[in-house]
Amino acid sequence: MSMLEIKDLHVRVDNNEILKGINLTVNPGEVHSIMGPNGSGKSTLAQVLARRENYEITKGQILFNGKDLAEMKPEEAACEGLFLAFQYPVEIPGISNAYFLRAAVNAVRKYRGEDELDAMDFLPLVKEKMRLLEMDERFLNRPVNEGFSGGEKKRNEIVQMAVLEPKLAVLDETDSGLDIDALKIVSKGVNTMRSPNRAMVLVTHYQRLLNYIVPDYVHVLVNGRIVKSGGPELALELEDKGYAWTESEPVGAGR
Amino acid sequence: MTTINQIQDLTDKEYKWGFVTPVEEDRLPKGLSEDTVRVISAKKNEPEFMLEWRLKAYRYWATLEADQAEPKWANVKYPAINYQDIVYYSAPKKKPNLTSLDEVDPEVLRTYEKLGIPLLEQQRLAGVAVDAVFDSVSVATTFKDKLSEVGVIFCSFSEAVQNHPDLVKKYLGSVVPYTDNFFAALNAAVFSDGSFVYVPKGVRCPMELSTYFRINAAETGQFERTLIVAEEGASVSYLEGCTAPIRDENQLHAAVVELVALDNASIKYSTVQNWYPGDKDGKGGIYNFVTKRGKCLGKNSRISWTQVETGSAITWKYPSCILQGDNSVGEFYSVALTNNRQQADTGTKMIHIGKNTSSTIVSKGISAGFGQNTYRGMVKILKGATGARNYTQCDSLLIGDKCGAHTFPYIEVKNPTSRMEHEASTSKIGEDQIFYLQQRGISKEEAVSMIINGFCKQVFRELPMEFAVEAQKLLSISLEGSVG
Repeated sequence: MSMLEIKDLHVRVDNNEILKGINLTVNPGEVHSIMGPNGSGKSTLAQVLARRENYEITKGQILFNGKDLAEMKPEEAACEGLFLAFQYPVEIPGISNAYFLRAAVNAVRKYRGEDELDAMDFLPLVKEKMRLLEMDERFLNRPVNEGFSGGEKKRNEIVQMAVLEPKLAVLDETDSGLDIDALKIVSKGVNTMRSPNRAMVLVTHYQRLLNYIVPDYVHVLVNGRIVKSGGPELALELEDKGYAWTESEPVGAGR
Repeated sequence: MTTINQIQDLTDKEYKWGFVTPVEEDRLPKGLSEDTVRVISAKKNEPEFMLEWRLKAYRYWATLEADQAEPKWANVKYPAINYQDIVYYSAPKKKPNLTSLDEVDPEVLRTYEKLGIPLLEQQRLAGVAVDAVFDSVSVATTFKDKLSEVGVIFCSFSEAVQNHPDLVKKYLGSVVPYTDNFFAALNAAVFSDGSFVYVPKGVRCPMELSTYFRINAAETGQFERTLIVAEEGASVSYLEGCTAPIRDENQLHAAVVELVALDNASIKYSTVQNWYPGDKDGKGGIYNFVTKRGKCLGKNSRISWTQVETGSAITWKYPSCILQGDNSVGEFYSVALTNNRQQADTGTKMIHIGKNTSSTIVSKGISAGFGQNTYRGMVKILKGATGARNYTQCDSLLIGDKCGAHTFPYIEVKNPTSRMEHEASTSKIGEDQIFYLQQRGISKEEAVSMIINGFCKQVFRELPMEFAVEAQKLLSISLEGSVG
């Protein structure tokens, strides 16, 4: 069974149709990259997958491990193993990273009928993941994302992903705002997470990220449709020719 | 957007402390006159000085009432109160003599048990001594003997008047005189009980002291008075809690609290106020018009107020500090929540008189539903207060788009060496924040509760350990249904 099956997906936000018939199948172990120009609907796709409110599915279907994703609340999708690394991680003042992460881990464990982790079990786990992302342990006691630099926020997202061990990880512009060193660290963290049981969807504007996280498939999203799909070489071609090139292709017709 | 609509759609869970206990009451007829004051004083078998003081207060209040001088400056709206339509004294008939719990009406004991405040010896809260005030009188005080071993007096106000008249005479009205304001005058005339604490020189009170106020009788006002005196080098931590039954008509609660801290003494006063807030349309609920003030009389003394205000239809209170002694410290930490049609106008006054005095104000206002939440604070640095310092932080959080947050800070500085800091913020609870937490597997309700608790953290950490947890729960319950 496919991990994720998107069929003819149409999505409306504030009465504007943003996604106009997306088809995409992602199998366990695969890494897919969704690329596209600004306003093409990349982030909308990521938000829809995470079940953001007000993103209305007007047509089509999303199956996540065979279950209808549209029927799930955001927290249910999360507990089923869907993780979104946010483009703009939000700050939660007064709540420490450690407290938040443990609450998240235990919410997922509870959903699966597993025992909750106490602080003693949890701390070694999270510290190990933080070392992987080269984040200081002091971040555990700081309020969630508060006062973090852009790069620290993005690394914090990947720490969360590593701790939560999702089945499907959607990374929304995780590379934006990262300098080259941070990009390498984040990529290393993501690559460590690649496994035959886990799938990933990388949403990105630039090809740069794909030098470090090499995808199995690249899809080009333009104006709410996937206009081209291919292997990693497609990303290089895009870098070379720009998005305008895909728009002139016949596949992208019908505008 | 959908979230906000959902917020409005969801109905509130019921106020779970809203039950009524069937007890036989000894109550006065409605109405207030000199005779009422005399009867209350006589019922309490008070010495002459008390009656005199009450009568002076009554006469003063009567002139204010005649002049319609009830304070109107607060940012709250309510129909005029008919002071002749209130019962000023109501007590359970089976009046215990306060030496034995056996004499307390078992219904009253059960009430406190139901509220989670067991009074019977075998079930008492460990490490917390409780004074239980039921309508107009104190029905029981626990751990009294144990406290008296170290010289701490913890008893009902009535008892203090009988057994420690000198202390009462010395300190009563010394911080909040009956001329202070309309409600303070009213309280001084008719107050029927309350708690009294005296911590002698050099004694650190070995346990938390607490008073649990319960309004039960209908049409009754509760007017209690608390007086806490910490002698030189003494310290004490005191907590009060309050609940009332669900009733359609409003009930008046006009209390006065006076704190006195001498040299090197410290008093920590915490409140978890959960009076019945009225229903979701604003029907019923307690008018909580309270005057609380502490005097840092001695040098290096410290008074700290922490309040979590979730109940009452209307809250009007400004726990304040008079920083008279050099190097004295005043603190005010507040969480005030208004949901549905609740209104709160609350804050503090810090009056710096002594040298190198410092004060901290941290106020967190949360508004939901149609709630209106006002912070009103005054920091006054007098001429002689060289080196005074104040830090004020005042944050408001809005849930939904039909509530309001208002801030009125007054700052008056007469000494150029003082240092003042003021920070303020207003934010809406973010759908982004809620979604972020949900995306990590946390339910919407827990997400909101987590965000609110984070917002209030600076205040909660000032509460005594065992009550901080209670306060967090209370906040979640008070907000239940305000977010979908």
